[in-house]
Amino acid sequence: MSTMNMIQAVRSGLEVMLERDRQVCVFGEDVGYFGGVFRATQGLQQRFGTHRVFDTPLAEGGIVGVAIGMGMNGLRPVPEIQFSDYMYPAFDQITNELAKLRYRSGGEWTAPVTIRAPSGGGIRGGLFHSQSPEAYFTHTAGLCVVMPSNPRDAKGLLVSSIECDDPVIFFEPKRLYRGAFDGDPEHVPPWRDQPEADVPDGYYRTPLGQAAIVRPGEDVTVVTWGTMVHVASAAINESEVDAELIDVRTLAPLDLPTIVQSVEKTGRCIVVHEAPRTCGFGAEVVALVQQHCFWNLEAPIVRVTGWDTPFPHAQEWQYMPSRERIASAMRSALAV
Amino acid sequence: MDDSKILIGKANPSSHTSAAAVKDPLPLALRVPAAPYRPGDLPRFNPFHQQPGDFSRPDTLAPHTELRDHAAGLIRVLGDDGLAAGPWQPSIGPQQLRSGLEMMMRARHFDARMIAMQRQGRLSFHVSCKGEEVAAVAGAMAFASHDVLFPSYRQAGLMLVRGMPMVAMIGQLIGNRCDNAKGRQMPVHYSWRAGNVVSISSPVGTQFPQAVGAAMAFAYRGERRVVGAWIGDGTAAQGDFHHALNFASVFRPPCVLHVVDNQWAISTHRNTSTGGATFAARADAYHLPGLRVDGNDFLAVFAAEAWAIERARRGGGPTLIELLTYRRDAHSTSDDPTQYRAPEEANHWPGGDPIDRLSRYLIRNGHWTENAHRDLNEALDQEAAAAFQHAESFGTAATGLGHPTESLFEDVYTTMPPQLTEQMRELQTESSPPSAETSIIPFEAQNKRAVG
Ligand SMILES: Cc1ncc(C[n+]2csc(CCOP(=O)(O)OP(=O)(O)O)c2C)c(N)n1
Ligand SMILES: [Mg+2]
Repeated sequence: MSTMNMIQAVRSGLEVMLERDRQVCVFGEDVGYFGGVFRATQGLQQRFGTHRVFDTPLAEGGIVGVAIGMGMNGLRPVPEIQFSDYMYPAFDQITNELAKLRYRSGGEWTAPVTIRAPSGGGIRGGLFHSQSPEAYFTHTAGLCVVMPSNPRDAKGLLVSSIECDDPVIFFEPKRLYRGAFDGDPEHVPPWRDQPEADVPDGYYRTPLGQAAIVRPGEDVTVVTWGTMVHVASAAINESEVDAELIDVRTLAPLDLPTIVQSVEKTGRCIVVHEAPRTCGFGAEVVALVQQHCFWNLEAPIVRVTGWDTPFPHAQEWQYMPSRERIASAMRSALAV
Repeated sequence: MDDSKILIGKANPSSHTSAAAVKDPLPLALRVPAAPYRPGDLPRFNPFHQQPGDFSRPDTLAPHTELRDHAAGLIRVLGDDGLAAGPWQPSIGPQQLRSGLEMMMRARHFDARMIAMQRQGRLSFHVSCKGEEVAAVAGAMAFASHDVLFPSYRQAGLMLVRGMPMVAMIGQLIGNRCDNAKGRQMPVHYSWRAGNVVSISSPVGTQFPQAVGAAMAFAYRGERRVVGAWIGDGTAAQGDFHHALNFASVFRPPCVLHVVDNQWAISTHRNTSTGGATFAARADAYHLPGLRVDGNDFLAVFAAEAWAIERARRGGGPTLIELLTYRRDAHSTSDDPTQYRAPEEANHWPGGDPIDRLSRYLIRNGHWTENAHRDLNEALDQEAAAAFQHAESFGTAATGLGHPTESLFEDVYTTMPPQLTEQMRELQTESSPPSAETSIIPFEAQNKRAVG
């Protein structure tokens, strides 16, 4: 067991898989010699060699395209897209090619590619270094979509993703890389004070398709993922609401039974995510909850999300869902 | 019988060549290029072997085939002796050269001041163009003011030449009320419509096909305006580079496309962006002229720009210009190049410093003096300092950037749709956001990292 922040946990997951499976290779922009702009792959090239961990040309469409070709022919590529905002130049390769390969070939061809991409806001990154594009990919059949919220899950889920025979989009909330940001940019709790920063050193898996109940509660269910797990947790503590907090962890496949069981108990539900509201993954969660828990619901389900605007620079903290907005959504769910 | 096996045949054996049958095989392994120098290495560069006068200056309507050598070579005007020579000497007077020098020095002081302010926590981020000021300044000066320009984030000098007030530029960096783009973007993503400069976005290379489209609009409407666009060596790997060249090749609209080869894309050396050929040489495959130019030689760059712009304006179509230079500073203030570059690489590289080279040339020809240079440095230092103070008076991260809540929801559409109006009300009725803004990208202090 070691104490790790999220970056170290991701690196440890890559390291374990590079060690176990010679077909695993890691590449992307600046990931080789330098070890990635967020340092997730630091030291891996020195340890495993340039043919297993390497820099690529600055072209995301190319990166994912070659990853598919490699994956179809026996490798398990783990490309990094430097920021999830830069997945769009690879959108065609991801959504038309990677996602549909198994289906279009009647199961003959597959490519077990895991695309890592730092996502989310809170780093003053403006429009193009802050986006949460998960809904584009959950909307595409054939892709698994994962977003861990702490070091232990990050490593365990990354190992499961790399071993998964289906393609996985692995979002890493970059605001959490070096601290358990919970809504206050001035006071970011260090990971070393968090129990989830105790990460097993060797190989272990955190299964895809299993949500985590972060905090049990009776009065309202809060469903969220990524950075918002911590913001919601702080909002719950501050407001002293007895909320049940669910970290979805993998959006596709979604662990619906855990959510349904919780809402059946609490009768109230709010969904929180950073991404814009309209057609965000929260809309799917709301639809499923109302379908499965209609007779248990005591109040309308409320969404707390980013606004339907691009992610702004100067007004970042007015855009990001805050503790206050989450608390007020819980209050409104409880008021009915 | 198992039906599912019916269609599964065997691969035709003749389609397989066994390894033993390969004639004189070379060792097979994935080729992964290494940068020439990394920390701990002593960089050794050869001096430029191309000299001023090595390359002809064809008529501006010459076929692209007459420029193949220019695309593989290096067009120079200022020689190693500091003198100007050869057919590419531009028709530009001492006064214009002095203003080019001044603009480059202004850009340099601007960068130095902004980096200092970032270190003090008064800016979140900056990108410096130190050492490659020519690309932006000579480029922007050679275009006519009604020509439309699509710079990258590393062309502050272009904004200055196009008349964007330094205060407005700093307002953009701070993201306060004097940012004409309303604090929407992260620092160095300027927009200056008044000077025909298109808004800069972060996804690299997207401006290249857009610039070709802008030129197509001018051709379509019969307006004799030329479009300029700039990307980096790393960005030349993007699909958008090739989209731009192919459309430029097919439709031949009036544009000048530039690759500023400063040899690095964050930590990635140019040799991972191209497998060997120069960037300019790619033009030939598209039947376009390519010019590779000493990018730290103001005279050569100005001359190449003037040639390509004249060609476009006469109706001769697009040109690809590669400017060979060196990124002297970090990629950005979030980056620490000592992690991946040999420390003295910039000083060993033979291209020198563009400001030194032009000022020495002017001094030698009696058009400039050491004293004037020193005075100008002092004046520009004060100008940048004063501009920063002035810009801060419109709001800071600590005192508030001064954007009303509505601003967050405006400019998404021409008029605000009802669902946004409702979201705006929702935000206005919620409690206020966390108190003070953090002034820097958060993990800066613990571990430097790069951000686009
Ligand atoms: C599509 C996209 N991918 C990745 C990035 C992150 N990024 C920003 S700048 C940069 C390197 C660009 O290098 P180059 O084109 O050589 O320009 P330079 O910074 O040297 O001027 C990278 C990878 C980005 N901004 N956009
Ligand atoms: Mg570069």
